[in-house]
Amino acid sequence: MSTTRWKAVLTMPVNKGRDHIQGPADAAVTLVEYGDYECPYCGAAYPIIKAVQARMGRRLRFVFRNFPITTSHPHAEQAAEAAEAAATQDKFWQMHDLIYENQRRLRDQDLRAYAEKLGLDVERFDKELAEHVHAERIHEDFLSGVRSGVNGTPTFYINGARHDGSYELEPLLRALDPAGASERGTR
Amino acid sequence: MTTTSIDHRATPLPAGTKAPDFELPSRPDRTVSLAEFRGQPVILAFYPEDWSPVCSDQMALYQEVLPEFQKFNAELLGISVDGVWSHLAFAKDRNLHFPLLADFEPKGKVARAYHVYRARDGTSERALYVIDADGIVRWSHVSPVGVNPGADGILRALENLGKEGAS
Repeated sequence: MSTTRWKAVLTMPVNKGRDHIQGPADAAVTLVEYGDYECPYCGAAYPIIKAVQARMGRRLRFVFRNFPITTSHPHAEQAAEAAEAAATQDKFWQMHDLIYENQRRLRDQDLRAYAEKLGLDVERFDKELAEHVHAERIHEDFLSGVRSGVNGTPTFYINGARHDGSYELEPLLRALDPAGASERGTR
Repeated sequence: MTTTSIDHRATPLPAGTKAPDFELPSRPDRTVSLAEFRGQPVILAFYPEDWSPVCSDQMALYQEVLPEFQKFNAELLGISVDGVWSHLAFAKDRNLHFPLLADFEPKGKVARAYHVYRARDGTSERALYVIDADGIVRWSHVSPVGVNPGADGILRALENLGKEGAS
């Protein structure tokens, strides 16, 4: 359903140098999520994305960008900074997963415990969080989302176009399956 | 914009229209009028009701994007038919730090003046207006009631104001 006069499309293209990406660059489908680590709907989407990835394998490239809504979620920004700090030590996805699997425990000491569990250089992690080294990048993600028509979390883009349908497993898989879409050829 | 039989969205005042002035309470002891913001852009965000899930997400998003609106020196005003005490509790619960105006008595008077009242539901549409520094509507948009319109249309309209102002 198109509900706006302009098309909601991803305004910041996926960039290998800056984005957090799972799956091959030449995958048939790219799924971008704008998510908030404390948002319960994003928490509900987390296992669905895992299932989609398991089903689609290398046909899917998945990208996660930050969209913390701090007025509603007081821990969302710090959690995003923790994931970005883990990224500088090549552990972004491990931290991303740990956070979504422990969404109700996002206090500073919890995030620090996850850093320890992942074997990060905790001193460096602490320093980066204390100095908000990653805040600017997170804000860039956020603004790119706003400009792309993100209107809540999670918001998904499939090959650059906002996915306004359901993100339950089966409807999401149908939306992502390029063979199904092109073979039907009704649009 | 398409209108289908199941979607009775109103047609808002078009760009170029003089924005109808209004004065509405934002708190029990304070009223806000459109005229007091002459000289700066104003964003009017009509929404159906306090507390309903989509409204909350939309207003939380606008609170988060507020610094971007302020880069254009724009003032953001939320408007619904709820009373001031509901607005106060809603703003406190959701950490909203922009005025929520009570279009409560006579009910929906301002929404009607802006052609976005839904008589059937007794609430306003989910409608956005960007009004320029001279009080002229520069952009308007009505979303389906259940759809959060996001903030990109507002930002685009604010950017276009700058371009028009420069020319």
